[in-house]
Amino acid sequence: MKCSNCHEREAVTELTKVANDEVTKIPLCERCASELGLDTTLAIGKTPLATYIAAMGQGLKDNAPPTEFGAFVCTSCGATLQDFRESGRLGCPDCYRTLGAPLRELLRRLHGATRHAGERYSPPGAIPESPALERRGPVELREQLRRAIEAENFELAAQLRDQLKDLV
Amino acid sequence: MIDLTLLPDGGLGWLDASGPLSHLVLSTRVRLARNLSTHAFGSRNAAPERETILRDVESASRESALIGHAVCYRMDSLELLDRQLLHERHLVSKELAGLDAEARVRPAAALLVQDRIGVMLNEEDHLRLQGMSSGFALEATYAQVDKLDSELGQRLPFAFHPEFGYLTSCPTNVGTGLRASVLIHLPGLVLTKEISKVLQGLGQVGLTFRGLYGEGSEVVGNFFQLSNQTTLGKSEQDLLDHLGKIVRQVIEYEEQARQVLLRDAPTIIEDKVWRAYGLLRYARTLSFDEMMNLLSGVRLGAGLKLLGDVGLYTMNKLLVHCQPAHLAAAHGLSVDDPALAIQRARYVRKLLEVDAARRG
Repeated sequence: MKCSNCHEREAVTELTKVANDEVTKIPLCERCASELGLDTTLAIGKTPLATYIAAMGQGLKDNAPPTEFGAFVCTSCGATLQDFRESGRLGCPDCYRTLGAPLRELLRRLHGATRHAGERYSPPGAIPESPALERRGPVELREQLRRAIEAENFELAAQLRDQLKDLV
Repeated sequence: MIDLTLLPDGGLGWLDASGPLSHLVLSTRVRLARNLSTHAFGSRNAAPERETILRDVESASRESALIGHAVCYRMDSLELLDRQLLHERHLVSKELAGLDAEARVRPAAALLVQDRIGVMLNEEDHLRLQGMSSGFALEATYAQVDKLDSELGQRLPFAFHPEFGYLTSCPTNVGTGLRASVLIHLPGLVLTKEISKVLQGLGQVGLTFRGLYGEGSEVVGNFFQLSNQTTLGKSEQDLLDHLGKIVRQVIEYEEQARQVLLRDAPTIIEDKVWRAYGLLRYARTLSFDEMMNLLSGVRLGAGLKLLGDVGLYTMNKLLVHCQPAHLAAAHGLSVDDPALAIQRARYVRKLLEVDAARRG
């Protein structure tokens, strides 16, 4: 949807206007919204996924080579980063496993968390997962993090750091 | 033509105004997004795969206590008007019905529905389990959907990751896959111009609002659909508790706003609701939006006891049966026929007359 102020850029947020007893929503791009002095805290929650995905690439430059995510191709379904950027949809369950660390950054932006805290599930016929393995405490996680850093396994270290952050 | 008589209540049981706080809350909906671990998500699977998914879920559902006798409507074998009808009954999403911008029905897109619970199949996720209730009933609605989730999850391999939870096509739904929403009528907050503050506040506490038909729809007749924005990092119960707490607060604000209106502008309000009622009782043409705005005034008047006891169920029925596809289907017209406005006004007059006679 185009911004209804400049009619050029894509709208990323909506202004809710109340006139008489009518509520109307006006789509606005980021620049126009900011020029109109809108509180962008509301815009954060309404920004389309595409903006997050773009932002995720930016954030990566600090932590990992951009090519790591840029070259993403899911080995199961063949989905590429381009597909994800265009549709905002992942291709299959394995995309989550393949994307790993960059995905956590995206989830943190979207949900303010990276770890599922709801009901657990075991598929039919599977042995239910051990709660002991699932709910690792901070002491154990810190020890694993230390070992991962020593072993220069930075991908695992990043995962453990994220898990620790979620626990604290 | 679609046979909605296959559903005992036409799929509209959630509109009967029998639930808690029905004078303010029209309905509560809960949906859980689920996918099968064995297939690519909706955006990347081909027709044969989608047929397999439909077949597998249908077969699992036959063993379910909750939807063992569900009716299955395949979107790809329904006419456009029928799909619009199901969408107007809030039984299918715009996307499933092929009514969104792309305007195409994907192969094997289907709805399984029994009583107030159902499953949308082959939408962006393989399964969208959904429950609908009258009034403000988050716990009871979730309990039903949760039970259906357990029943189906024992028979189908859902895609689940220990760290990310239930995996969904769009990362905005991952984790619990839970979206709970409450359709609430807030004319008091709109009239006192407090509504924008409330809506902004929602964004700051992780909730969002939408219009009458959910995602991407306009606010009509002062109905707002309030729902959780995030699905990951909190348990199902925490998400429901949080939404419930905020909705109760919004209800309190709405009640306060109504008292302010009665205190500061009693004549204006009384005049406004009676004018709305008068127009609905006697108008000869009504657009859907105009009818919804007038109904909002009448609903407010009934809530404030300014109008006598206009039946909530009557108003809810108008809201459904005066939608374009419903009127078009009933009168053999197309959805954009200008004659719909005449039929709408006629139907509204008839129902309000019956309602007035009931009250004596």
